[in-house]
Amino acid sequence: MTGGGRWGRWVVIGIPYLWMVVLFLVPFLIVAKISLSTSIIAAPPYEPVFASLAEVWTKIGDFTAMNYGRLISESIYVESYLSSVWIALSSTVLMLFVAYPLAYGMARAPKAWRPTLLMMVILPFWTSFLIRVYAWIGILSEEGLLNWVLVSLGLVDEPITFLATTRAVYIGIIYSYLPFMVLPLYSSLEKLDDTLIEAAQDLGCTPLQAFWRVTFPLSVPGVIAGSFLVFIPAVGEFVIPDLLGGSDTVMIGKTLWEEFFNNRDWPAASAVAITLLMLLVVPIVVFQNAQAKAQEAER
Amino acid sequence: MKRFTWFNATSLALGFSFLYLPIVILVIYSFNAGRSVAVWGGWSTRWYGEVFDNEQLLDAAWVTLKVGMLSASVATVLGTMAAIALTRFGRFRGRLLFSGMVYAPLVMPEVITGLSLLLLFVAVDFDRGFWTITLSHITFTMCFVAVVVQSRLVGFDKSLEEAAMDLGCRPVGTFFRITLPIIWPAVVSGWMLAFTLSLDDLVIASFATGPGATTLPMKIYSDVRLGVKPEINAVCTLMIAVVSIAVIAASILTKRQEAEREKAERAAFAAGG
Repeated sequence: MTGGGRWGRWVVIGIPYLWMVVLFLVPFLIVAKISLSTSIIAAPPYEPVFASLAEVWTKIGDFTAMNYGRLISESIYVESYLSSVWIALSSTVLMLFVAYPLAYGMARAPKAWRPTLLMMVILPFWTSFLIRVYAWIGILSEEGLLNWVLVSLGLVDEPITFLATTRAVYIGIIYSYLPFMVLPLYSSLEKLDDTLIEAAQDLGCTPLQAFWRVTFPLSVPGVIAGSFLVFIPAVGEFVIPDLLGGSDTVMIGKTLWEEFFNNRDWPAASAVAITLLMLLVVPIVVFQNAQAKAQEAER
Repeated sequence: MKRFTWFNATSLALGFSFLYLPIVILVIYSFNAGRSVAVWGGWSTRWYGEVFDNEQLLDAAWVTLKVGMLSASVATVLGTMAAIALTRFGRFRGRLLFSGMVYAPLVMPEVITGLSLLLLFVAVDFDRGFWTITLSHITFTMCFVAVVVQSRLVGFDKSLEEAAMDLGCRPVGTFFRITLPIIWPAVVSGWMLAFTLSLDDLVIASFATGPGATTLPMKIYSDVRLGVKPEINAVCTLMIAVVSIAVIAASILTKRQEAEREKAERAAFAAGG
């Protein structure tokens, strides 16, 4: 197809290009614009100002950084940014403890099992995210299965409140994003040359030392890739904190949703969105650089 | 020699139970005769009956299916075009912006994608409902299709296409006779991915919709907010069943096609050499 017809080339590039400009770039610019405009209080959100596209740009006079000022001065925003980052970060670290043994077991399993095991990790990813989060509501509730098991085993005397706490949000994130962590870990552990571990053991390392000094350092690229793949979407998560978390669990995705749907403050929601994106740009760029470097190293 | 220890076996067992138990429990409780979702009241299929009597649920399911089919199909065409543009056309003006726009939605938080699309629809005064959900789904799923198809395009031998063109095939003919058959498994899995992402989406659809259209995830979400209902377990079980059957069927199908293609290739080589 290289050097194909000029006309065909133009169509193949042009159609998706135009699509993305109109439905991705332009909307994004509109968000940026609205985040800088004054909100019309007590009016149906933005309707009068937004009579036509032309009018949007004539309103550019009303530039204000007020919405961003509010993000800093009102504690709910600062709090939800900080707690989103904290919840995403700590559930990523906790998830490593669940995902690593699983990926390690998969990588050491007999070769014939591996495609099936891989398929089994991917399959839950195809079933609805909402359903997987919903499944936990029944398990975590006061009279739910988890409490029933804990009480009947005599581990606790009375049911523990899991649902509507931040604890439930951790469980939800770890459960929903587990495949994202397991897959990169598995691919870096599977490549590992076993003779290295044998050599370490021949040289007097205990199995545990061999793991810490040989296996783990060699799997670090997988750990990094998996952590970013989990952390980035978890920061902006809405469904998990909304369904499993309580009213004291504030996360930025939920704040944006409430600002938009409940308070109908579109400019504030837009400012939250732009700030969230700024927050994520750094990890995304770092991640992509690391991926590019890893790819080059492989060549 | 790799050793598969007891520790490995235990972590596999625990890991997979963690992944699958919640889904299994949900499926079992969908057959619970009692109204409670926590207390077992014997086996029954009454909630499935109620699902099929619940017109709102059926409507929502129908809307979701239509949106999914339509948006996955358009997204597959657009995503494949984008993948070809990025792998086969070398440099062109604005390539950097283009690849940025194709990759960005993959990592963009859904709340931001949803909000920005809604503001666009309001700005151009587009009637919100079925079509705005479909447009939004095409936009974010085509990026996933592009990535899947691109990895296949990078992986195969370009000389096959060049040979076809040396033999007088026009670019369009080359695409349909050589390129498309080779990348077909990736195109199929791209469609599947786009379709399931569309079935699954709650956040973007909630922003993009208007008063007229409710998708199944939106309906499930609003019911769940009002309290867990056994019908929802039944609906979820049906969705899981449909998706699992589709995924497994697709993987068997593409594997079979792949094997056939390899056999044909080997036969061709044997005949040629």
